[in-house]
Amino acid sequence: MITREGRAKALALRDRFEAAGAQVVEPPMLQSAELLLDLYGEDIRARAYVTSDALRGEQMLRPDFTVPVVQMHMAHGADPARYTYAGEVFRRQEDDPDRANEFLQVGFEVFDRADPAAADAEVFALMAEAVAGLNLRAATGDIGILTAAVNGLRTTEARRAALLRHIWRPRRFRALLDRFAGRTPVPASRKALLANPQPRLGSAPLIGLRTDDEIEARISALHADAAAKPISDGEMDLLDTLLNVRETVPFALSHLRDLTVDMPSISDAVEGLAARSDALVARGVDVDTLDFEASYGRTSMEYYDGFVFGFYAAGRADLPAVVSGGRYDALTRRLGGGAEIPAVGAVLRPGLMAELEAGA
Amino acid sequence: MIKLGVPSKGRLMEKTFDWFAAHNIRLSRTGSDREYAGAVTGIDGVSLVLLSAGEIPRELAAGRIHLGVTGTDLVQDKLPLWEQQVEPLEEMGFGEADLIVAVPQAWVDVDTLDDLDAAAAAFRATHGHRLRIATKYHRLVREFLRDAGVADYAIVDSQGATEGTVANETAEAIADITSSGETLRANHLKVLSDGLILRSQATLWRSRVADVADEDRAAMAEILARLG
Repeated sequence: MITREGRAKALALRDRFEAAGAQVVEPPMLQSAELLLDLYGEDIRARAYVTSDALRGEQMLRPDFTVPVVQMHMAHGADPARYTYAGEVFRRQEDDPDRANEFLQVGFEVFDRADPAAADAEVFALMAEAVAGLNLRAATGDIGILTAAVNGLRTTEARRAALLRHIWRPRRFRALLDRFAGRTPVPASRKALLANPQPRLGSAPLIGLRTDDEIEARISALHADAAAKPISDGEMDLLDTLLNVRETVPFALSHLRDLTVDMPSISDAVEGLAARSDALVARGVDVDTLDFEASYGRTSMEYYDGFVFGFYAAGRADLPAVVSGGRYDALTRRLGGGAEIPAVGAVLRPGLMAELEAGA
Repeated sequence: MIKLGVPSKGRLMEKTFDWFAAHNIRLSRTGSDREYAGAVTGIDGVSLVLLSAGEIPRELAAGRIHLGVTGTDLVQDKLPLWEQQVEPLEEMGFGEADLIVAVPQAWVDVDTLDDLDAAAAAFRATHGHRLRIATKYHRLVREFLRDAGVADYAIVDSQGATEGTVANETAEAIADITSSGETLRANHLKVLSDGLILRSQATLWRSRVADVADEDRAAMAEILARLG
């Protein structure tokens, strides 16, 4: 439930971010359902309320601010730019009646080409200051390091693309990886298909939009995949080691640098983490106690593609993250119609902050 | 009165009447064929409410009926956290149907959900829109596909004749109830080998939220005793 205290807090936080150099924006509450469905897929329907009218078709009550802010910036924003906003977001709940379906978010978004590490640190430090005193635990990660590791795998392009597509679905990612490493058996139906020189012979008439060519193309792709060598045990071990990195930033950094000897593909991304760590120090963040988890952020919505972070109430596992944020360069590309710009941002939940303050 | 909700027409209604008759509870429709009124004989304190099978889950969850007969599929699709709202009392042994995912038989390259996901990715790249799955079971299908890690699909609503949507090019695949699979085959569709979402059958449910008045407790106990 949105309270007066929460709303007052939201406006105070937005003022704070405005004072930090952001322009206040008011994105519309109703968003094009088509765009959100295109970005997130069918899962968004489980998380957003849909409504409609005869003129504009399906609309969604905004499930977050990031997409409309990026759209607005890509349409007519001059860079560099910093934006802040405060308002309600709506989340349809199907499983847990205790989770809020309407709550306040205050955000800060940076579109800046100059120095991504500094922008990451700016957003993180601003959020850390805003929630100082609430005894929150911060977690950080970097999807870019994972992506770089997958891109460096010595396997086929098709396999790398399949893995990248599922980086945000850890279970499916693991299943694919095990398949590509030859660790799970090939399904009987796949074997039969590959062994059959003319699998289309005698099959039922083709119905629907998917064409003969598409079916043939996939059969060829399956033959190519069957002929490809399995991903080696060595590479699998390295990937597991990487995914299990969970230490404070300095230790994680030295661990990851050791890994680059055998995984040169992640070098640039790891140096990006080093630059971010320096930028955080320059902003007064104590990185010696800051956690880094290589797998962090993989189950969130799939637009973060670099730095990811969150702040959680210690001892309150029942509460969602009070702050969550990250880098979403690829989203600006998706919504930019040919243009793109490095972007990073975060949102916090003033209602949760007010609740924690009252309980403290 | 204990209110018992029962499907208002067709084989499901007849089978339900037979099932209760076997437990010495006689249900019948009264009045004209078009009037949805019913009577209960052989037990006191129970009244019959004739409803569409699709509305029975909602009525149970709202506590407007105490007992109801409907399929597992409808309860699980329409009621979030259904275990907290209704309790299954008896599986009734009819109305058996499986909720499944099916694709064209001609898709010889697609046999598993894994294949469906890969085909969906390629389909989206080629056609510029997501692979469409026609169904009326939106929630069950979405949860099933999410757990299986299938992406790049879109659900399109289909309240009837779902097996025809692929040939009509309003969907590329379907998720629907099937009992014998004949309609699927006739429409050149096949079930994915790991595409079983749910096994459903007609089930007698008790509402966990409907209040039972003191004077009705004896009637409820009597029903449960007859069924047990």
